[in-house]
Amino acid sequence: MASEMNHNQDFSARFDYLSRNLWSGILFGLGLVAFFDEAVFHQLLHWHHFYDKSTTEIGLVSDGLFHAFSWFATIGGLFLVADLNRRNAFWFKRWWGGMMLGGGIFQLYDGTIQHKIMRIHQIRYVENVLIYDLVWNIVAALMVLTAMSLIFRTGRESKRGNGKIANEQ
Amino acid sequence: MNNNHIHHGSEQAYDLFLLFPFLAAIIIYLLAASITSCRYRKWPLSRTIFWILGILCTALVFVGPIANRAHSDFTVHMLGHLFLGMLAPLLIVLAAPMTLVLRALNVKQARLLTRALKSRPLRILSDPIMTSLLNVGGVWILYTTNLYAIMHDYFLLYFVIHVHVFFAGYLFTISIIYIDPAPHRSSYLYRAITLIMALAAHGMLSKYIYANPPAGVPAAQAEIGGMLMYYGGDLIDLFLIFLLCLQWYRESRPRDISQGTENA
Repeated sequence: MASEMNHNQDFSARFDYLSRNLWSGILFGLGLVAFFDEAVFHQLLHWHHFYDKSTTEIGLVSDGLFHAFSWFATIGGLFLVADLNRRNAFWFKRWWGGMMLGGGIFQLYDGTIQHKIMRIHQIRYVENVLIYDLVWNIVAALMVLTAMSLIFRTGRESKRGNGKIANEQ
Repeated sequence: MNNNHIHHGSEQAYDLFLLFPFLAAIIIYLLAASITSCRYRKWPLSRTIFWILGILCTALVFVGPIANRAHSDFTVHMLGHLFLGMLAPLLIVLAAPMTLVLRALNVKQARLLTRALKSRPLRILSDPIMTSLLNVGGVWILYTTNLYAIMHDYFLLYFVIHVHVFFAGYLFTISIIYIDPAPHRSSYLYRAITLIMALAAHGMLSKYIYANPPAGVPAAQAEIGGMLMYYGGDLIDLFLIFLLCLQWYRESRPRDISQGTENA
């Protein structure tokens, strides 16, 4: 009963679930960026497609695996959030850090390895694709940096918070 | 190649004949549900609805306009494939037919059936990796070899392949989601990883079909068919993933600490 009453504001257990907060964010972030890529760039703008002419067999396999994984990750990540919530352990700042990390790393991987090294597809088939590549990868790098800062900060806060609880006891 | 004009003369009688097993399946289920509802807890209406929808989805592929057009139009064929191999199995799993069978049998018969379900051959057959191979592996063979073209020349082969698609889909679904009694259980992680691999293989095949039409299929039909398979598959997979996660969520609820039960 008591736990139901202060369900909305009390996240006292969040220091015990640091990694679950992080992982649910990472999974959801991966899924979100993959979904955004497919919905906006593939389907609305038609900048590139899931099956470009340059696609190799490896591209087909990696895309298939990634798509299946991200589809699962989006749904599974949200179930993990629901689980954290009922344990009074959801920590938005930590989760957001995880989301930026998952989304940023995927975008960076997509923008450097898939686009440039494997040359599976490009962001857009125009002459000066360099500008698109720069924007794409700088945004990705910024996401990863923000994520790192959030993750380290929440890590320190949890150490301090745990110390405070230990002192009180 | 297109042999559906053969039955034109007696088409309606033929359709009625084909419809019979599906009607029987619905009637038997309804009877079992109502009879066992007198003896035990009332059988949920939702399960009955899932059963009727599931059987109708299956019947669509064997009888009627979709079934007839599927011979000549690959896009329609693929729509049928989604119904038969993915949607119908999911609906039928949600209808919990094995639970109903066990309720309808007497104790001695039910014990025999349970023992059969627990047997080693069924352990192997109901392993998620095995069911994925039967399910997705089967359609890979169907669409990447000559089988798809040959299938339309031999009625029996056509029939066997379609029955296989349904049962492989059903086995796959019960190996991932436990609604009926599942004697051979595997961990959530194992099922999640296998499901992802199976979805990936399904997605890859749909893209492969998009670019490499099966023998005898025009490119335009293969493109629409491939996209239908890709996005339709995603939609039904959404429900599979959701149900798997929901079962994990319910099972892993935090329990009272004083009971000392550890759960992860």
